[in-house]
Amino acid sequence: MRYFIKKFSTLIITLFIISLLAFLAFQIIPGDPVTQMLGTEATESAKEALREQLGLNRPVLVRYFDWLLSFIRGDFGMSYNYRMPVGEMLADKLPITMMLTGLSFLFTVVFSIPIGILAGSAKSKKSDVAITSVNQMVMSIPAFFIGILACYVFGNIFRVFIPGNFVSYTVSWSQFLGYMIFPALSIAIPRIAMTVRMLRSSIHTELEKDYVRTARSRGNSYRSIMMRHVLQNALIPVITFLAVSAAEIMTGSIVIEQVFAIPGISRLLLTSITGRDYPVVQAIVVIIAAWIVIVNFIADLLYQLADPRIRMQ
Amino acid sequence: MKKGNLFLYIGGAISAIMSFLIILGYFWTPYSPTAMNVGAKFQAPSLEHLMGTDNFGRDIFSRVIDGAGTTFFIAVSVVAIGCALGILIGSLCGYYGGLPDIILTRICDSITAFPSFLLALVIISIMGSGKYNIIFALGILFIPSFARIVRSEFARYRDLNYIKSARLMGAGSFRIMFRHILPNTFPVLLSAITIGFNNAVLSEASMSFLSIGIQPPDASLGSMLSDSQIYLGSAPWYALGTGAVIILLILGFSLLSEGLQRMSKNG
Repeated sequence: MRYFIKKFSTLIITLFIISLLAFLAFQIIPGDPVTQMLGTEATESAKEALREQLGLNRPVLVRYFDWLLSFIRGDFGMSYNYRMPVGEMLADKLPITMMLTGLSFLFTVVFSIPIGILAGSAKSKKSDVAITSVNQMVMSIPAFFIGILACYVFGNIFRVFIPGNFVSYTVSWSQFLGYMIFPALSIAIPRIAMTVRMLRSSIHTELEKDYVRTARSRGNSYRSIMMRHVLQNALIPVITFLAVSAAEIMTGSIVIEQVFAIPGISRLLLTSITGRDYPVVQAIVVIIAAWIVIVNFIADLLYQLADPRIRMQ
Repeated sequence: MKKGNLFLYIGGAISAIMSFLIILGYFWTPYSPTAMNVGAKFQAPSLEHLMGTDNFGRDIFSRVIDGAGTTFFIAVSVVAIGCALGILIGSLCGYYGGLPDIILTRICDSITAFPSFLLALVIISIMGSGKYNIIFALGILFIPSFARIVRSEFARYRDLNYIKSARLMGAGSFRIMFRHILPNTFPVLLSAITIGFNNAVLSEASMSFLSIGIQPPDASLGSMLSDSQIYLGSAPWYALGTGAVIILLILGFSLLSEGLQRMSKNG
């Protein structure tokens, strides 16, 4: 419990610092959003009125707390370019990105752990070279290129799906998932290779420990040692790695959404970056950052459950 | 010869060939990467055009080599900035320790907790896109990973006996840091550099793919891949050729890094 409270307070402090940095980062930008919205020929009084309306004429700290409070309440501010609440713009896009992230995370976990265990059990020199080579090869393919390959092979040659013909989950769940499998796999495949590599070396480190030899000498089968003793220890560092993966997958989905023309937050984020629509960029960055911090918090808790020794420190 | 070095040789060979082609590409390519030839558009790969031609009849092989040159330049600059400043910060923190060390380590830890791609997006949205802004953004974001490694190595060597005796013999801190400790960090640093190079290639390619990186008329592997996606049906060799070059570039360096790690593990 004390561990939980300690981690939870760190979580809150981290979120606070991130929000402050995200806010300040967009304050130091050269250029004036008001001039951008009204054009350079706007009169000074019109600019002043808009500043008043947007609340840009108040001190920075006041604006920060104002922004933070409304952010927590779910009000992400107004887009400069679309004159629309950012929350409304994100409402139908964020769930799609979240589901893509969730699906590819699921694939990563479901595939990497069994494959990692299999690869970890193989110890001969030849299998080592073979497994490492395949792993390195797969890790070297950027996710967005796997996506393009998937579009070409399954879209243009086998015609399993039509690239660009996205069906929203509000229309049909089965068609939605059918379309999402390929982008989710594209993100997951390099991550699977990395996790397998990690789990494999973790298993090998465990297998060399004394308790394995002792268990062997007491007549336990290799299989039961692997399942009952080695895996429990070997999976612990993998938890942390998967938490890092969850963050990478979220940013990876920004790229993959472009490849498969998925209407998630990606396009909005990119047009906002090029259009200097800072409230939108700010909201998306803070949401992604908060998600990463929360995932790390959950990983810390799981870590502690898996390895009670951590609590002592 | 030790077994692990197979990776070192193959990785070294791939990297050497790619680097040779890229450096050659700064001076000479089979065709001009920008010369259009409307009569020869969408030609499939042949002996004349190794990777075929694109929608303007430009030779894709020449364009890929040229684009890889841009990507290579960015990745090398990013790693150079990150590595140089990372060594500086890491060695000072690791050698002197104390409060500045704790603070800087905390900052580095929190930066590495976030995907560098996300932070690069923030910097790009503030500074605008373009070749040098990308180098700046990624370069800064690559400092912590190097600083961390160098710091932990320095902290490990700081209290060893040979350093103590060097100090007794009157060697200055500066001399101890860069003459006696730094060379010992090279094996670890070298594999960090290869990994960093790959991350830089990937980040640059992703950002240019999203067209917030390199801006036309500059072309990099990422922006070419994004162009080629439109012609996936009519000219698949465009995307496949460009992608293959990215893969080879990354594969070469990651095999090198694997080989280096195995070599240092085997002593």
